[in-house]
Amino acid sequence: MPKADRLRRLESPAEGLTLIEAESGERFSIGEAPQRVAPLSMTPAAPERVERERAVGKVVLLVLVLGYLGFVLLAPLGSLLLATWELGMAEVLKAVSEPLALDALATSGLLVLAAVGVNAVVGTFGAVALVRHRFFGRSFVNALCDLPLAVSPVMIGLAFILLVGRDGVMSPVLDAIGLKLVFTFWGMLLATLFVTLPYTVREVAYVLEEIGTDEEEAAITLGASPWQTFFRVTLPNVRVALGYGVLMAAARCLGEFGAVLVLGGSISGQTQTATTFIHDSIEERHLPAAYGMAVLLAVCSVVLLLSLEWMKQRQAAARHRSRSATEDEATP
Amino acid sequence: MSIRVENLKKNFGSFVAVDDVSFEVESGSLVALLGPSGSGKSTILRILAGLESPDSGRVWFDGKEATRVHARSRAIGFVFQHYALFRHLTVAQNIAFGLDVRGVMPDVSATRVGELLELVGLAGLGNRYPSQLSGGQRQRVALARALAPAPRLLLLDEPFGAVDAKVREELRQWLRKLHDEVGVTSIFVTHDQDEAFSVSDRVLVIHRGRLEQLGSPREILDEPATEFVARFVGEVNVFPAHAEGGLAKVGAIESEIQHGPTDGAIQFVVRSYDLKFWREDPGVATVERVVILGDRVRVHAHLDDAGPLVAQFPRRSSLLRGIEVGCRIQVQVTTGRAYPGADLRQPGLSIRPAPFP
Repeated sequence: MPKADRLRRLESPAEGLTLIEAESGERFSIGEAPQRVAPLSMTPAAPERVERERAVGKVVLLVLVLGYLGFVLLAPLGSLLLATWELGMAEVLKAVSEPLALDALATSGLLVLAAVGVNAVVGTFGAVALVRHRFFGRSFVNALCDLPLAVSPVMIGLAFILLVGRDGVMSPVLDAIGLKLVFTFWGMLLATLFVTLPYTVREVAYVLEEIGTDEEEAAITLGASPWQTFFRVTLPNVRVALGYGVLMAAARCLGEFGAVLVLGGSISGQTQTATTFIHDSIEERHLPAAYGMAVLLAVCSVVLLLSLEWMKQRQAAARHRSRSATEDEATP
Repeated sequence: MSIRVENLKKNFGSFVAVDDVSFEVESGSLVALLGPSGSGKSTILRILAGLESPDSGRVWFDGKEATRVHARSRAIGFVFQHYALFRHLTVAQNIAFGLDVRGVMPDVSATRVGELLELVGLAGLGNRYPSQLSGGQRQRVALARALAPAPRLLLLDEPFGAVDAKVREELRQWLRKLHDEVGVTSIFVTHDQDEAFSVSDRVLVIHRGRLEQLGSPREILDEPATEFVARFVGEVNVFPAHAEGGLAKVGAIESEIQHGPTDGAIQFVVRSYDLKFWREDPGVATVERVVILGDRVRVHAHLDDAGPLVAQFPRRSSLLRGIEVGCRIQVQVTTGRAYPGADLRQPGLSIRPAPFP
């Protein structure tokens, strides 16, 4: 007879405890390794006391966690908003609508758009190549995709300067085709693409791994060409993950500072992004511009964050769908 | 479509999945590939579909070689064990997929989808998503989707493996009926002998990548060609024994060999229903257990100087009269088959019941 059958579940609300009683009369408390516990009749804890201890524990935990989160996450944002408010909204608005500020915003916006576009394509095909194909050095390439998460963006910027700078290894090639990368938009784009690479590849690769090859093979046996299989079966299955990865990449791109500073040089009106604009404004003690731009970036981040949440929910729903699509049910 | 397969071989690394398999399938028949899991039967099916390519050997469809033809050009319908329905498409869109990718006009495809929904008994469910269907319904959609482009060959990989027993039985009968209506040559993979025998015209028994036997269900059951087939189908007793002049000596009993080598070391295989018992003292065996299995009764006995013995009788059989645990019995083998290669290095004789009841 299975052990569970021999055990009888005892609900004892009076003691505020749940115990299991064996046929032998031994009692085990749930969640613990079966061991002899003191018989209930001795001195059970007063139910009010147990309740009170629980309530106190809950309050202490919540205060600690919320206090920490408030201090680390919300207080800085709050003080930023407060400082901006104190400077006077009119002056702040004027500072962020100056041409140089608008240029910086536009540069950041263009970088985000370009990074999103390139990552959507590279991420999808990269993930398909990594998950669906076996080639020499595959696991090395797989590990390499995480490199940008591990190394400092400033270092990346420096490395790129050594590669494509005036005396860089690739400078003869770049000179020949007349492309200047250092201290230009294209250089910053290069740095941004590097730091945002992992997000889409990882998200899409994970989902591809999970859904397996059955649907793609089904499409092939039904006569679909590789492109039809990709656009009609693979892409629809990964589109939520792709959207999620792209949003992560956009958020990362918007906040990138080190790499774009090193490769772009933060030249006002040319290679200044929103983040380097804030940095430069603080250096110049032009606080309304710095605060205003910071608030604008914060608003963008909140919008991205909300979109991410929305995507997450959609992804969870899609996962649920995919699970139930392979589950087996009893009714014909 | 008739199929001919010649000397098919396929290795996965050092694992031999398919080892020199050759067979032919007549046009319009329903064939089962039967074998234990890991026997290579699914690989054979995937090679026929073009989803795997063989290391060597050839595949012929209707007399034309198809070994190197791409999966999408083979005009084959494939049904996957876990349905593999397109989860982002409705039932109707799923069924229409094979027509759409071939550029069939939407109105023609819509008519065909309607017919197929009718055929698989899912009329009115065309706008549902796969997640809104039960397992059995999903498998029917998968079948309808595979049939939509009018394939020349239908391949089914463990088609009913993922649904529960009751639905499986219904789907089996339904598949047989559907095959008789549509008439498309069909091959399905199963590890369930009941499924193979109850649905198919012909059965190919596969073991360790090799074709053990090809025949009708009756031939497989009554004339197993190899020891593996004899062991695999039904419940059997296998006695390593010594044969002399057509008689096999097993413990205290001597039995006539109906088929196989008549002299030397043999494996003597006796089905659990090819035995007769009656109560007799001293007899040759002791009854150890009597198990009632609904309409049948299984008797476990111990044969003197040999080992365990399993027999099955109809519940109301007169042979069971007086049989009870602990009693002594006489045993007679009504049909026994011999296969070469008994391992007599073991001291004494051991009797092993079949690993697959």
